[in-house]
Amino acid sequence: MATLSLDTVKPKKVTPTKLRYFLHSPKAVASVGYLIILALVGTLAPWITPYNPNDIALSNIMAAPSAAHWLGTDDLGRDVLSRLMAAAGASMFASFLAVSIGMSLGVPIGVIAGYAGGRTDAVISRVLDALLSMPAIVFAVGVVGVLGAGLVNGMFAVGILMLPGFARLVRANTLVVKQELYVDAIRAFGATPLRIVTRHVLPNAIQSAIVNAGLLLAVALLAESSLSYLGLGVQPPNSSWGGMLARAYNYMEVAPEQMYAPGFAILVTALAFNGLGETVRLALDPRGPKR
Amino acid sequence: MISRERRRMIGNRLLQVIPVLLLVTFFSFLLLHLSPVDPAVLLAGENPTTQQIEEIRRYYHFDDPVIVQYGRWLWNVLHGDLSKSLISREPVAETIAAKFPATLLIVLYAMVIAISVGAPLGIGAAAKPGSWIDQLATAVASFGVAVPYFWVGMVLVLLFGLKLGWFPATGLVPFSESPWEAIQSATLPAIALSMSGIAEITRQLRASLLEVLGSHFVRTLRAKGLPWRSILWRHGLKNVGITLVTVIGLVFNRKIGATVVIETVFAIPGMGYAASYATINKDFVVVQGIILVFALIVVTVNLITDLAYALLDPRVEA
Repeated sequence: MATLSLDTVKPKKVTPTKLRYFLHSPKAVASVGYLIILALVGTLAPWITPYNPNDIALSNIMAAPSAAHWLGTDDLGRDVLSRLMAAAGASMFASFLAVSIGMSLGVPIGVIAGYAGGRTDAVISRVLDALLSMPAIVFAVGVVGVLGAGLVNGMFAVGILMLPGFARLVRANTLVVKQELYVDAIRAFGATPLRIVTRHVLPNAIQSAIVNAGLLLAVALLAESSLSYLGLGVQPPNSSWGGMLARAYNYMEVAPEQMYAPGFAILVTALAFNGLGETVRLALDPRGPKR
Repeated sequence: MISRERRRMIGNRLLQVIPVLLLVTFFSFLLLHLSPVDPAVLLAGENPTTQQIEEIRRYYHFDDPVIVQYGRWLWNVLHGDLSKSLISREPVAETIAAKFPATLLIVLYAMVIAISVGAPLGIGAAAKPGSWIDQLATAVASFGVAVPYFWVGMVLVLLFGLKLGWFPATGLVPFSESPWEAIQSATLPAIALSMSGIAEITRQLRASLLEVLGSHFVRTLRAKGLPWRSILWRHGLKNVGITLVTVIGLVFNRKIGATVVIETVFAIPGMGYAASYATINKDFVVVQGIILVFALIVVTVNLITDLAYALLDPRVEA
């Protein structure tokens, strides 16, 4: 054990030990494996779905699961499994889009607030407080209503509301990092503020933002499916898990089993996103296991 | 007596509310101006005539500079005037006031469920780490944040509303009409709405209590021979109370926003349903009013949380 912990001090050894740790965590392997498969299914959907997901067959509506249609057909006779597969790509894209918008705006704002301090910090902090006070899904619903229904508009609104979370985390870390001796040293060498921030402060302040991003993917997925459920996200005839739930709900008394597959798809994907976030957190935590 | 330190902290916090309120109202106001199209056209609906558009433009003074419009809008808001719905022609403030009780009922009910399930679970998990209750708490916490709460609502409607008939499937009886029936009809939506709250409260209380129980002062208490039970109840939970206040504020604010979907699923005549209905019918003045009221509620809850924090946390004295 003693030799092992000595080895981890060398930066070269860190990557393989982290990888080994990852491979020993069933939750991490299952989450990442599932997400890779889902991404492949989502990307390859146009070629691999058993039926065209938008093909209407009014002679065969709300069929129970069978050998031909594994998950049955919906109220327009469309194959549920195909629609489920076709929706995977949009859902994953939407989740990553919202989180990237929130992160790419929030991180620089947080660094600026933390590094500049004083009045700049006070102004930015109040704007962030106000943004944090906007009621998340209702605000997104309103913005989508004004900008027009669609996935990108919806995720833009969700991303904007994720901005303050990122900014606050990075601001807090920046406040700590800028007091460090090495930042003083590099400033004494005459580095410009831009260089100090981008090369020395940001890399040390961004870790918690990356962890936050992993955990927010599931939040974004639930927001996307909520908007699609309300008819404001993915637009018909294209399929989305939220939209499929909304249709199934209308026919709940006739074909209740239609409700289960899209719901489980959202649940399992959100669990996998959280598993991914948890894995990233442990991998980046310097106090975490390095066995 | 409230110390000077606390008073200064409370004063600062109260001062911070003013810019936040101005910004929140500004963001709500800005909603109508986000659109790339003329707000008058946006509000005029499907196939408007030029005359209708002009009328709307004059009614809302859309030709004035945005900041002047904001000033006038804010002045009206301060006098309780949130303008009129373009569809029903009813004052938005009256609509919101009529729909507020239903939303408040299911949100408060969901909070009660979230606290009464989450708090014992989180405390139990931290008191005996690694036990079955800890494993249950971890499972509940991961399930609660990942499950689509509106889907939980749909499944509850199917099972307990339609199949078993224990609760009304949809709708809400006003509390003023019949408190018992109101509670009954609010039960399913409140359970669905409480999912992420249960998870959040469980997770945060567990983490916070574990931290306290692992601290040096607890080790000292154990060393001097205090029974474990009194350490947990007397010293552990006192510190957990502060976490609970913070997390309750956070969870409440999330639930307020989530009502837009839950009320749609359960056809509850509250503010959330009104917001989604108005959005689909492009009645944006109503949407704007509801977003504003929700945001003001959130600002107030945050303020109360922070003030409670300033009063409760012994570390503020330091």
